[in-house]
Amino acid sequence: MAKFFTKEHEWVEMDGAQAIVGISEHAAHELGDITFVELPKIGKSVKQFDTLAGIESVKAASDIYAPVSGKVVQVNDKLEDAPELVNQGAESEGWICRLEGVDASELAALLDAAAYAKYLEGL
Amino acid sequence: MEGLKATPLQAHHEGLKALMAPFGGWLMPIQYEGILAEHRWCREKAALFDICHMGEFRYRGDIQAGGLEDVFTFSVKGIPVGRSRYGFLLNASGGVIDDLIVFRLAEDEVMIVVNAATAPNDFKVISSRLKNPALLVDISAQTGKLDLQGPLSREVLVEHLGGDLGALPFFKFIRTRVLGADAIVSRTGYTGELGYEIFLPSGKTAELWELLLKDPRVAPAGLGARDLLRLEMGYSLYGNDIDEETSPLAAGLTGFVNLDKEFIGKDALLREREKGPEKVKIAFRVDSRRSPRHYYEILQQGTPVGMVTSGAFSPMLSCGIGMGYVKPEAAALGTRLTIKHERVEMEAQVVELPFYTGGSLRA
Repeated sequence: MAKFFTKEHEWVEMDGAQAIVGISEHAAHELGDITFVELPKIGKSVKQFDTLAGIESVKAASDIYAPVSGKVVQVNDKLEDAPELVNQGAESEGWICRLEGVDASELAALLDAAAYAKYLEGL
Repeated sequence: MEGLKATPLQAHHEGLKALMAPFGGWLMPIQYEGILAEHRWCREKAALFDICHMGEFRYRGDIQAGGLEDVFTFSVKGIPVGRSRYGFLLNASGGVIDDLIVFRLAEDEVMIVVNAATAPNDFKVISSRLKNPALLVDISAQTGKLDLQGPLSREVLVEHLGGDLGALPFFKFIRTRVLGADAIVSRTGYTGELGYEIFLPSGKTAELWELLLKDPRVAPAGLGARDLLRLEMGYSLYGNDIDEETSPLAAGLTGFVNLDKEFIGKDALLREREKGPEKVKIAFRVDSRRSPRHYYEILQQGTPVGMVTSGAFSPMLSCGIGMGYVKPEAAALGTRLTIKHERVEMEAQVVELPFYTGGSLRA
């Protein structure tokens, strides 16, 4: 399944009925050394584009927004002790959480990889 | 980026793909490889910093009769030749115009090293307090400054610049020749590690930078790492932790103020000491990896008591650390505080400085 991106630099990828969520490689690079990830609470329900989690680097603190609506069913708890995993692989081992109860039609409001790459060029 | 001053190493920083940003009117390298890696390199090996942005003034003349003795919060004539001293230039209300270091070059000659952003104003203020302002000369433009900091800095410098440096004690300096030019090498720095500041003609800066970077023990570090290093030591950053609204008493820096001598701002400090300061500086440690940041609010049991002036994630302690000002009743060691900004909230505790005690500073 392909990844979709928000203009705020989150990504989402459907894995069966669940959505895996993270921040983009571009965002991780811009943030620099990541020192803390505020993981969402399991069971938390979010609407698309609401605040889902927080992330801090040496340079700045930022919010992470939900690319799609859903309920948090799993978090990447490796990030508690090793937030640098986001720098090492923001779109792979540095994923943030999994959402359930996702309405796949919301993906239409997001950018596919090619459109996101083009969007970054224009920034 | 227009209107910003560039150091003689601008092209070198660009060649190293440094992230550049404005700092105190200068375009300076914030990071090269990465802030955390550069911070670690300085704590373990030897990090090289371009500090050409800082200002240097030279005064030649009688220190007592010329009025220089009354300019700073410490005695200039009390500094032995070959030593330097840290302290303040104050305004009449006891606020800090700048923190600086004075190097006693000779009986009748000193070098004053000041912050980049404040340098033009410092020069005006110091000149205005001298009997003969012409004796003070701004030598910033012709002076280059590189800092080599880290436990391996001594062996690196001895190898490349000569053996005289090996025995140099903390806060002493020597006038020597570096790459065929007159230079000052000082055992000072702002990182908590064994380290040296090298002042040399600005035209020689690039040559020394290249020479030192060829050494595999040396890596360049930017202002990002420098900020983390100084914060782990609890050193104040001008513009964040101290400014014209803050007195050295409130900042807990009384050790650098000699109330037995005359200086502008002394009366205000004596009044403040009598009355007790309205706010005092604290250091605090966060319970998690969250970073407190400049301007975050400090609360005690839900009531606002102050503001964070410096904060970051400490790579050595693996938690958030910070400094700030609070009402005196919230300043006792061990006091539990909440640091808050918008959605971000963290629990913290007032602790002693320095945060990091494992440095090689006095090695």
